[in-house]
Amino acid sequence: MELVCPAGNLPSLKAAVDNGANAVYTGFRDDTNARHFAGLNFTPEKLNEGIRYARRKGVRVFIALNTYPQPGGFSRWQQAVDRAADQGADALIAADIGVLEYAAQRHPELNLHLSVQGSATNYEALKFYREHFGVRRAVLPRVLSMSQIRHVIEHSPVEVEVFAFGSLCVMVEGRCILSSYATGRSPNTYGACSPASHVEWKETPSGLDTRLGGVLIQRHPKGENVGYPTLCKGTFRVGDNTFHAIEDPISLNAMELLPQLAAAGVKALKIEGRQRSPVYVAQVTRVWRQALDAFERAPDDFRPRPEWTAELGKVSEGAQTTLGAYHRPWQ
Amino acid sequence: MSTSDTQHTPRLSLGPISYYWPKDKVDAFYAMVADAPIDIVYLGETVCSKRNQVRFEDWLAIGERLEAAGKEVVLSTLALLEAESELIRLRAICDNGRWLVEANDMGAVNLLQGRPFAVGHSVNVYNDRTLALLARQGCKRWVLPVELTHETLAEMQRLRAHGVETEVLGYGRLPLAYSARCFTARARNQPKDDCRYACIDDPDGLVVSTQDDNRFLALNGIQTQSARTMNLLPEVGRMRELGVDILRISPQANRTDEVMDLFYRALIGELDPVEASTSLERLMPTGPCDGYWHGGAGMGLQGRTVQAA
Repeated sequence: MELVCPAGNLPSLKAAVDNGANAVYTGFRDDTNARHFAGLNFTPEKLNEGIRYARRKGVRVFIALNTYPQPGGFSRWQQAVDRAADQGADALIAADIGVLEYAAQRHPELNLHLSVQGSATNYEALKFYREHFGVRRAVLPRVLSMSQIRHVIEHSPVEVEVFAFGSLCVMVEGRCILSSYATGRSPNTYGACSPASHVEWKETPSGLDTRLGGVLIQRHPKGENVGYPTLCKGTFRVGDNTFHAIEDPISLNAMELLPQLAAAGVKALKIEGRQRSPVYVAQVTRVWRQALDAFERAPDDFRPRPEWTAELGKVSEGAQTTLGAYHRPWQ
Repeated sequence: MSTSDTQHTPRLSLGPISYYWPKDKVDAFYAMVADAPIDIVYLGETVCSKRNQVRFEDWLAIGERLEAAGKEVVLSTLALLEAESELIRLRAICDNGRWLVEANDMGAVNLLQGRPFAVGHSVNVYNDRTLALLARQGCKRWVLPVELTHETLAEMQRLRAHGVETEVLGYGRLPLAYSARCFTARARNQPKDDCRYACIDDPDGLVVSTQDDNRFLALNGIQTQSARTMNLLPEVGRMRELGVDILRISPQANRTDEVMDLFYRALIGELDPVEASTSLERLMPTGPCDGYWHGGAGMGLQGRTVQAA
């Protein structure tokens, strides 16, 4: 299985390459990709440098162009597709049908992956993208159980990549507009979820309130660890109960499922976190490389080592991990 | 519906029921709809395949009654397709041979291509190229994704493929997200596989409030909706200018008949749309919003209803 690691900038790209990634994924420095954060992503020059660095070590570079252009902005996405093709990207990761069509027609040699933002959760959808755009791989949304993944792959006309580790989207990616409901900006339209520009932190007599677009997401008592106010990880009230009504602050860690993912025919494992630091990328890549190598050496005896789990736990949201939707009881 | 003047008037549609209602409530609801001033009715389960009060044959029977009452019937489909059992049911709907089908996922588009079909708001049509490609596969009608603005709609209308109708969600709690997890079951501490159909107790969804008492979201099984009801009736003049073909009302648990009536009377010029909206606000479970249309946060209220209030 290919290990696909995040690269929000050149130091992260190098960290991923040096620590055993088989591929890295990146984006341009604008709203053409779903990690449109200040200071993140690549200018064309930096990307050139990154691609050269990765090539020397035999690592592939994928470019994410996975937001949804509106008619007025479409030409920017076209230019981004052209740039990715000119720079020799090993794959373009796209979601929008218009963008995929443009890429397939203008750059027939370009390898196309369907982004997780394309929301394809079944093989009938995958057939559409294969037939019309020659898509070769799809990244599945983090909503399928292990047995559903197996079933999709059995009938899929394209390779399948799944998320193995990182922040957990609870909703079908590409179909969640909670963020724009509170802020006007969503992953689809703007390339960011719960954008920092709309976050407010306010000290209160009892602690700290965090708001997104003015909506109270979290009320921290004094001394409690303060996390980023991602909307779906907030504490809300339903009836008489105040709790994480949608999801806890928690990260996905599918390592114990490695043998099952391999047996199901998963071709690539994706690590989330282009917005994270080069240190995170290095740590997570190194641990997953060790795990994949151990699995390949002795597939029948594979078990995550406690030190791997501990190291991944340290960089997880809320220091907790879950198997997410892969594990049916989570649902 | 007809108007005496030459100005373009959108037709009215009633979207699928997004909640889980008992079968008698569904039957009574559509008996009412048969006599309501509405042109198009979308039927079927779009949120959760476990909901089984109304089965495929029942939907077909409801469709027959509505068609006999002069309505255009469209069969709608699930937005989140995961299991093979869901694809099997989807194929049966796509092959119904009688009524147009609304695809709410690209899997449904794949099954429907080559035949006429509609795409609902959970299919991401954010630009004219996407719409043009779908039109070449047989798409006859699309629904504006709910987070897009009237300005984007104007661009889409200028560039839209020939022979494709544009529909806009004009009234209802907004569909914001879909998940594998059932949030209604979670709120009751029940696993999804033993959900005991908890969502049947919340015919308008289960409200999620912030810790400072802002009624924020509504849980509807695996779907998350806005607690506020989006209302674009005050924008009907703009929709006429833009040549919107169909204005959609999303069913709510109570007094949907009055909602349809207010929209109809405003469309034919019997009521002022802003005044009609003041009446609509009294029918909403939480209150109004219209921010997406105006380019702001979806929960915002920026339209003419503000001035009317």
